Amino acid sequence: MSSVPAAPGLWPGAGRLSQRAFSGNPGSRQGPGMDWEDDERPRPGRRAGPPGERRTDSPDGRVPGRGAAVMSLIDSRRAVAGLLEGARAGTAISFARHLQIHGPLLLPGDAGFEPRRILGDLAASGLTGRGGAAFPSARKIAALQGAAAHVTLVVNAMEGEPASIKDQVLCTSTPHLVLDGAAVAAGLTGADRIVVAVAGDRPGQAQALLGALAQRPARVPWEVLALPGRYVSGEESALARAVGGHEALPRFRPDKSLPLRSARRRRVLVHNAETLAHLALVARHGAEWFRSHGTTDAPGTTLVTVSGAVARPGVFEVDYGIRLIELLTRAGAEPRVQAALLGGYGGAWLAGRDFGVACTPVDLRRVGATLGPGIVVALAEDACGLAETARIARFMAGESAGQCGPCVFGLPAIAADLDQLAAGRGGHGALQRLQGHLDIVEGRGACRHPDGVVRLVRSALEVFAEHLALHAAGRPCPHGTRPSLFGPPPLAIRR
Amino acid sequence: MRRTLLQLRVDPIACDGFGYCAELLPERIGRDEWGFPLLAPGVLPPGLLDAARRCVVSCPRNAIVLVPADEPLSGPTTRAR
Repeated sequence: MSSVPAAPGLWPGAGRLSQRAFSGNPGSRQGPGMDWEDDERPRPGRRAGPPGERRTDSPDGRVPGRGAAVMSLIDSRRAVAGLLEGARAGTAISFARHLQIHGPLLLPGDAGFEPRRILGDLAASGLTGRGGAAFPSARKIAALQGAAAHVTLVVNAMEGEPASIKDQVLCTSTPHLVLDGAAVAAGLTGADRIVVAVAGDRPGQAQALLGALAQRPARVPWEVLALPGRYVSGEESALARAVGGHEALPRFRPDKSLPLRSARRRRVLVHNAETLAHLALVARHGAEWFRSHGTTDAPGTTLVTVSGAVARPGVFEVDYGIRLIELLTRAGAEPRVQAALLGGYGGAWLAGRDFGVACTPVDLRRVGATLGPGIVVALAEDACGLAETARIARFMAGESAGQCGPCVFGLPAIAADLDQLAAGRGGHGALQRLQGHLDIVEGRGACRHPDGVVRLVRSALEVFAEHLALHAAGRPCPHGTRPSLFGPPPLAIRR
Repeated sequence: MRRTLLQLRVDPIACDGFGYCAELLPERIGRDEWGFPLLAPGVLPPGLLDAARRCVVSCPRNAIVLVPADEPLSGPTTRAR
């Protein structure tokens, strides 16, 4: 758990909440801020004691990741466990060191590899996809069992979201965890080809993975495939196309329940890199261990990239279901954060008054948001949310695959409407035009790229409503013109 | 035999906005400001089936199809989520 913010009431619109949430008085259970206490109810394997209590093996409460500490790591149930143990940004953990940190793992082909046990653990663990859709991983794998076709397993490390670096951090600092998970998933599905898909414009990633592959036994042919680092390249059907030797562009899939294929007789299973890293730990330590973090509905830990108006931007491994305000506090968010972008450029804005929300798919849906692939961007008080949204919309228009008319023409139209509004020109006519364009574009692409933009813009119109009224009336922007804080987050691992 | 209910569906990648479908079936198909078809949601009334079939065969891009209405929906006639 994190430290207490310096002073209460600094979060506009969330002042009362933050006081309650961080009053440090376990008795004050009223108010949404204290609900997380409920997640502390005893359950198998859960660390007992108040949330503030930590082991003190090291000054910052973390356990040093020495080889001898492997068992104690598993038993300690620290506030943050697992994926990033022993990882340092920019340095890849070697295979030998990896085995020291996480312990041995039987891989497909080893005597004693138990696909049934692992699949059972995976199902019981409740692990869901960390690429954004949060689909149960066990179901995705089970759907391929007994398939008559050949299977290609694709490790999706494309990470087309500019505000996300968690897969890059995983692949460059602890690549063997991702590869372990891929090997196990291939064993569970009978995949005879593994493709690790990385963005060609994120250097270091392919090298780290290739270096790691050279250190470990390989029973299934592996490839590292560097694809154009476009926003839509990581879309499932685009990846299926890419491993079939075609351009990485989304396909029209009128029925998404039909299996994904790269060729007639070859099915494709796409898993996000982080999901596979979790799988590697579930295969080692079991479902109960995994469920000792997070909530019942959203078990385990999850990686979140926090950036924007924060002092400590980077990748955090947090319990799934952490309060957003707690996560922001840990990242050293500026005292006055007016809103946060959740889920990335195809996600949604969340107003400061909603910062008490628990970051689970269900709770976030209730406030119209999603964590997506684990993205939080804090918007400073003196930045203009409309201008930021316009900038994102413009970026997303440029990232269209250029295949579907409503996306090709609609996204630039939306961006232009927003530009006008943000500049204080166009007035209510521009707002009406924008709303018309949102209605017309939604649901009319082959993939969900345009829908993401529509969702983001709609949330902006809601969250920045008062602000919008001023813009529409042609008044100057009251939020000043602070330059955008949006940019690629630094490759940093935060604890 | 029960008659299958049908609906129109546009493949947005194939569609280039020629607009023949909207000409042939104005009762169900409009066009957005860029010329791409906007389909009315729901199943086709039997009286319009012939016109809908003409749409399908006339499309120069083979982008519009008739599909059973009970098929899982996604695409032009439905809203995301």
